[in-house]
Amino acid sequence: MFTLKRKRFGVGLAAVAATAALVLTGCASDGDTSDGGSSDGGSGDTSDVSITMLPKNLGNPYFDTSTGGAEEAVSEMGGTFEEVGPSEASPTSQVQYIQTAAQQGVGGLIVSANDPEAICDALDEARSVGVKVVTFDSDTNPECRDLFINQATAEGIAQVQVDLITEQIGDEGQIAILSASANATNQNAWIEMMEAELEANHPDVELVEVAYGDDDDQTSFDKTAALLQTYPELKGIVSPTTVGIAAAARYLQTSEFQGEVSLTGLGTPNQMREYVEDGTVTAFALWNPADLGYLAAYATAALVTGEITGAEGDTFDAGTLGSYEVGADATVLLGDPYVFDADNIGDFDF
Amino acid sequence: MTAVDTKPSAGNAFARSIGHVLKARETGIAIALIAVVIVATVSNPNFLFSSDGFRDLLLTPSLLMVVAVGQAIVIITRNVDLSVGSVLGLTAYLTGRLFIDIPGIPPILVFVAGVGLGALLGLINGALVAFAKVPALVITLGTLYIYRGINVAWTGSDRINASDLPASFRDLGTGELLGIPLLTIFAVIVLVVAAWYLRNLRSGRELYAIGSDPAAAHLYGLRVTRRVIAAFVVSGALAGVAGVLYAARYGTVSSSAGLGLELQAIGAAVIGGVAISGGVGTVWGAAIGAYLLLTINRALPIVGIQDFWQRAVVGVLIIGAIVLDRVLAVRQHRRLIEQREEKP
Repeated sequence: MFTLKRKRFGVGLAAVAATAALVLTGCASDGDTSDGGSSDGGSGDTSDVSITMLPKNLGNPYFDTSTGGAEEAVSEMGGTFEEVGPSEASPTSQVQYIQTAAQQGVGGLIVSANDPEAICDALDEARSVGVKVVTFDSDTNPECRDLFINQATAEGIAQVQVDLITEQIGDEGQIAILSASANATNQNAWIEMMEAELEANHPDVELVEVAYGDDDDQTSFDKTAALLQTYPELKGIVSPTTVGIAAAARYLQTSEFQGEVSLTGLGTPNQMREYVEDGTVTAFALWNPADLGYLAAYATAALVTGEITGAEGDTFDAGTLGSYEVGADATVLLGDPYVFDADNIGDFDF
Repeated sequence: MTAVDTKPSAGNAFARSIGHVLKARETGIAIALIAVVIVATVSNPNFLFSSDGFRDLLLTPSLLMVVAVGQAIVIITRNVDLSVGSVLGLTAYLTGRLFIDIPGIPPILVFVAGVGLGALLGLINGALVAFAKVPALVITLGTLYIYRGINVAWTGSDRINASDLPASFRDLGTGELLGIPLLTIFAVIVLVVAAWYLRNLRSGRELYAIGSDPAAAHLYGLRVTRRVIAAFVVSGALAGVAGVLYAARYGTVSSSAGLGLELQAIGAAVIGGVAISGGVGTVWGAAIGAYLLLTINRALPIVGIQDFWQRAVVGVLIIGAIVLDRVLAVRQHRRLIEQREEKP
């Protein structure tokens, strides 16, 4: 649930922000003497880049995974890496860690913001002494950071879910959607795109109902039961919400429809492990937080060394993930959502 | 189901008339329940005749039934327990935590812990209500938020997942004995014990006396404080049991488990004929009310009514039940006056 809501911070950034970020980074790299790695501007030598990772809170499996990815990237590049963070994800709890990182003169700071506004002053201070600030997972206001690593776009999320369900049911038959609440902005946007995609490219698939489980386990559970009883011909359910998919899986697991009705959507591996292992669910999607952290670390290093400035069109190399280009609003998109299935779910713990 | 309560035990006319009133009340709800099941089954035979349908019919309301029984006991004493949803949330999360933090812990210990925590939270409610002499509505509204707050602080963005719970425990939530879900069997045992206690034991009858007229009960020498506290402890403990069972059935527990359950529980009790003003009603009624409430919820989408309308239907049911209560109370009052006039 929490991972999905973050997304909205990533969209709708003002174009001004990109310019502002560009100008600011330009200034910052001129005056940057605190960090040896950047003095040879643009050469891409990352061997003494120091990067600090500041997730929303420590002890959160999702962020443990993204930190693991960042750590791997830094060890490939040969810099130094440190993770710091508050134990609770409250709006202002990250401020002291940002200040400390600025005093230490780290090269780059990777942040998942607990609040788009509250940490801005601290980030501005850090950037004024030359620290490159990259947000991931959950953005700040765009003028407070150099780059945002966006985990997924609405189009990507809608597309992967349609692909998964149509593949699982053989591209024909009835499907239903089990959403969050009827006024959930993200889910409604995705559902609209999914409907358009189904209509355009999957004429034999009929979407019979969009049910609303209110992101409540019990309601989602009962709605799944109602869908299965109401539509005996139903072949698949898509649940674009982590609460919904887990509840629907739990119902399917214990029902006569297990294995007959396909279920997919957005979920986390820990939630879905049980159901993937027993075959109730074949595959579901989300982004891979390890890749997200990995990409954020490479992007930060590229900023620190001066390889990129955060301007639209800048490109940089992100190790095993390949080459990335900075998009509008100083945003880098991780790519298509990641599909979890029985083969890879064991590699994840979040 | 109503036979146990409605068999007139004393031979006098008064008891018989009370028995008739109760009978009319609970039978009415039961008939409504049967009608709902028939309508839903006619429009979609799977509602009753598929194995999932039959199981869900019995299973879905079981948790609410356990909570509603506790709620009915509290309402009978002219109090109300708004905190049951939060108590359920806390015990459900405790259940998951125990299985995660103490690998291999026997489920029975988890049950004991859940019931214990529920009873403790109920004791806090009861003590505040009984000693502070503040209306239960206010106290338990406060503890509703406090308990939920503790739950949110404790849980955070964490969540108990199905894979955290041992399979043997989760089987409790879905297992069956002779085609009847285990949870339902458990809920019915709770119901029968509570009904027997309220009907046959002196302390059970005293709850009705307290609810009918707390001041008179006090003057008569009943231990009002102790009984009221006990009622809250029972309600808390039953919400605690329901929390453990919630974890077993749904497999996922977040900090919002049981949100809004208190209103369903009160709704079930009121629909089942437990007067909100205390002193009247049976746990049988509350249990049938719970079945009616959730079965209607499940039947409406199957009959083809938009789920947005479901809440409105529940509201109509509750208001209808209260109007019916009032009509019955007026009629009984009149009848009692008639009897008094006939006697000499």
